[in-house]
Amino acid sequence: MKTPEIIADRPPDVKEIHIVWMTTGLGCDGDSVSITAASLPSIEDIVMGAIPGLPRVHVHNPVLAYEVGDDFMKYWFDAEAGKLEPFVLVLEGSVPNEKIKQEGYWAAMGTDPDTGQPITTNEWIDRLAPKATAVIACGTCATYGGIHAMEGNPTGAMGLADYLGWNWKSKAGLPIVNVPGCPVQPDNMMETVLYLLYQVAGLAPVIPLDDQLRPTWLFGKTVHEGCDRAGYYEQADFAREYGSPKCLVKIGCWGPVVNCNVTKRGWMDGIGGCPNVGGICIGCTMPGFPDKFMPFMDAPPGSALSTIVVGVWGGILRGLRGITNLNVNKEPKWRHPRAELTTGYEPEFYGPNNRN
Amino acid sequence: MPEVITAPKRGTSAPQGNIVEMSWDPITRIVGSLGIYTKIDFDSKKVVECYSTSSIFRGYSVFMKNKDPRDAHFITSRICGICGDNHATCSVYAQNMAYGVKPPKLGEIIVNLGEAAEYMFDHNIFQDNLVGVDFCEMMVKETNPGVWEKAQRSEAPHAKDHGYRTIADIMHALNPFEGEFYRETLQVSRYTREMFCLMEGRHVHPSTLYPGGVGTVPSIQVFTDYMVRLARYAEFMKRCLPLHDDLFDFFYEALPGYEQVGQRRILLGCWGSFQDPDVCDYNYKTMNEWGKAMYVTPGIVVDGELVTTNLVDINLGIRILLGSSYYEDWGETGEVFVKNDPLGNPIDRRHPWNQTTIPKPQKRDFGGNYTWVMSPRWLDKRSGDHLALDTGGGPIARLWVTALAGLVDIGYVKATGNSVKIRLPKTATKGAVEFEWKIPKWSNAIERDRARTYFQAYAAACAYYFYEQAIKEVYAGRTATFTPFKVPDEAIGCGFHEAVRGVLSHHLVIRNGKIANYHPYPPTPWNANPRDVYGTPGPYEDAVQNTPIFEENGPDNFKGIDIMRAVRSFDPCLPCGVHMFLGNGKTLKKMHTPTALAGLAH
Repeated sequence: MKTPEIIADRPPDVKEIHIVWMTTGLGCDGDSVSITAASLPSIEDIVMGAIPGLPRVHVHNPVLAYEVGDDFMKYWFDAEAGKLEPFVLVLEGSVPNEKIKQEGYWAAMGTDPDTGQPITTNEWIDRLAPKATAVIACGTCATYGGIHAMEGNPTGAMGLADYLGWNWKSKAGLPIVNVPGCPVQPDNMMETVLYLLYQVAGLAPVIPLDDQLRPTWLFGKTVHEGCDRAGYYEQADFAREYGSPKCLVKIGCWGPVVNCNVTKRGWMDGIGGCPNVGGICIGCTMPGFPDKFMPFMDAPPGSALSTIVVGVWGGILRGLRGITNLNVNKEPKWRHPRAELTTGYEPEFYGPNNRN
Repeated sequence: MPEVITAPKRGTSAPQGNIVEMSWDPITRIVGSLGIYTKIDFDSKKVVECYSTSSIFRGYSVFMKNKDPRDAHFITSRICGICGDNHATCSVYAQNMAYGVKPPKLGEIIVNLGEAAEYMFDHNIFQDNLVGVDFCEMMVKETNPGVWEKAQRSEAPHAKDHGYRTIADIMHALNPFEGEFYRETLQVSRYTREMFCLMEGRHVHPSTLYPGGVGTVPSIQVFTDYMVRLARYAEFMKRCLPLHDDLFDFFYEALPGYEQVGQRRILLGCWGSFQDPDVCDYNYKTMNEWGKAMYVTPGIVVDGELVTTNLVDINLGIRILLGSSYYEDWGETGEVFVKNDPLGNPIDRRHPWNQTTIPKPQKRDFGGNYTWVMSPRWLDKRSGDHLALDTGGGPIARLWVTALAGLVDIGYVKATGNSVKIRLPKTATKGAVEFEWKIPKWSNAIERDRARTYFQAYAAACAYYFYEQAIKEVYAGRTATFTPFKVPDEAIGCGFHEAVRGVLSHHLVIRNGKIANYHPYPPTPWNANPRDVYGTPGPYEDAVQNTPIFEENGPDNFKGIDIMRAVRSFDPCLPCGVHMFLGNGKTLKKMHTPTALAGLAH
């Protein structure tokens, strides 16, 4: 038998890769902070090469960088000049509309040496996106606009795909990869990065994305489908107040119609989350967030009908299960301290029928 | 006696000096994008002028109008990606006041436990994974080879507590990613965030906080999972705190005069943290009483003197000034939402309750408007001055006010009038330890950083107390965590809290059951603001101006490390408000009259 190839020893198709991480969309840096919470894999697992088969990774993120000012901006200018090949561009924060005003800026990073004015975030996207091997929109602001694109906002904010176009493709032919979440669930983001690294290393096929450009294995199921409180829903047993351990749909939880794995994955290494730990799902991973889910603390309009329907048989189900539950909470009758064996076994060499 | 600096520092150097204009953009290893513009005099080795500028506008106060007030904490959490939960908590406090609702005791304790975990996590990651890099071997070798030389010869006084023999060993352990202590603190930042998630659902935008209480299910398990991690953290702090004391003391010793780096007049504000559930009823009229019962005392320290600990006085004195910001003045024409507070005190037009935000994007002009940040000030009635209070990154102001007020005494923590004693009980390999934070001589970079480590221990000590309170409620069967409420048609509310990096207030006005006005004031606008209408520079500008340069590099490979340490000591968190500018690194221009800052009146 031929010894199989040790994949871990295989040199990656791409030896080194840079991650140019922009936090200067309209955001809160919550996604960068989030990835420092990731453990599956952690940022140090990626940077220090703990996982075999991957290219060497250089992360240029302003929250973590050793370099400051121009020493740091050098990577941006190098990427623009084609001297940082290949690189993945990550955007955090929504893209403001800089065309709606006469002067000034909504969001910027670095200074234009010619004018002394700030370089807008949008200009950086225009400069770098065409040069990037892959582009990741990290968090709901960057993917779909999020909080800062709420109705009545003064900046005209939008998501990256709204800005570049939903059919936009990188020079390597990849669409934008959207990893929504407000903020992004730590391991969801780092696992997506890991997948793309496997892909450029030549170890994984093209990343599977749905029509909202989300990784399918992360966003293919609803919050409700993974929720450990879904059993209460099935039995039409609904919380009327916050602080209850029951199903929260009547007090604002949108879990049944929201694509997110938080109830399966928890928030950090299985701990925390949303409806599973008493927090209503406010739809923070969704393109319709936040407006379509507000006011957050009212029951979703659709839940009125569905909970009535469930109520009919859910109540009966709960009653029947209650009876069965009582039954299985009792031990079988043959477990007792009396001087007789009632388990059904008939011994031959002890007890009443002892043949000796 | 603390040294008193009575006036904000202004540029004093002769314009003909060897002045180099430098800008650093972005300042990394902070949250958010910040740039700083300076002029540095390399003859006298001083920063002579500094401008702080913000590059991002999002418009929370604009888009929150007419929304359901119950959405406010979900929305305002998104202001900040590292202390969003502080915003959510503060918003809930403001809503509780507006709705007239008091959460059950256990609900309040769960919030205290969550917020304590936030301090433990956030100070930890900032101190050792972001600020710590400014003190690591790589950086010190690059900027001050002489100091590195000395560090190798300097025994660490507390080596037996933390295990590092020399100061150089500590610096080596702080190297990014390769350093052992750097990696350990990253891991600590994770289990402390897990503690947070146990109480508030998720980090950094909580899922289980509501006005009226929390949705957290108070099982025995939730508290066990918290306590086991807390004990691990206390064990860690018994090594971490002596390590930082050694490192910071070494800088004073190695670089005489280092106390001037980032130094400014003692003007500290703290809005208080951790409600006492037995006293706090969220009624504005009793705010003075329940404010004083907080486990971190609110107050204002001016030139070393405690001016007030009354939250009502604090509230009434807040003024939002313009002067160098990209906004239209609402001034005399803006709508007055609140004429008098519930006690009958008049509310100023420039108070957050009456503020109207009118964005006006424009070109950056350092002689005119140059930032998106407004200038919050506190009106000192004694002098009539609009004081540019700072938070010193949070901990130094919290400890200073708490120490002077002498009100907190919970066994684990005791304020003595001139110090704060912090007791951490026995842990796996170490016995009980008492640390004492003493009021320092200066409000400067090193003391801001040192206070951060002590406050990590303070938060852990408080968490032991909160845990014991919480589990007592659970054992007694008092497990309610939520009180129902109704949203009134017309109401006002205010919340006061300490975000990780300092003062946080939320001011809310409800009309017709909707938000009519909402203005959050986080710490960074207080610290990172520009020159106000009276010409008073903001605290970063003030602290960096006249900072002496100890870096051994000349202008050609200048890193600006002393300026970085001055700025980072404030724990800048720019999503809450700024963008500063300092040094052009490699593309220095040497000139007598720098062009980009030319024409500025001094």
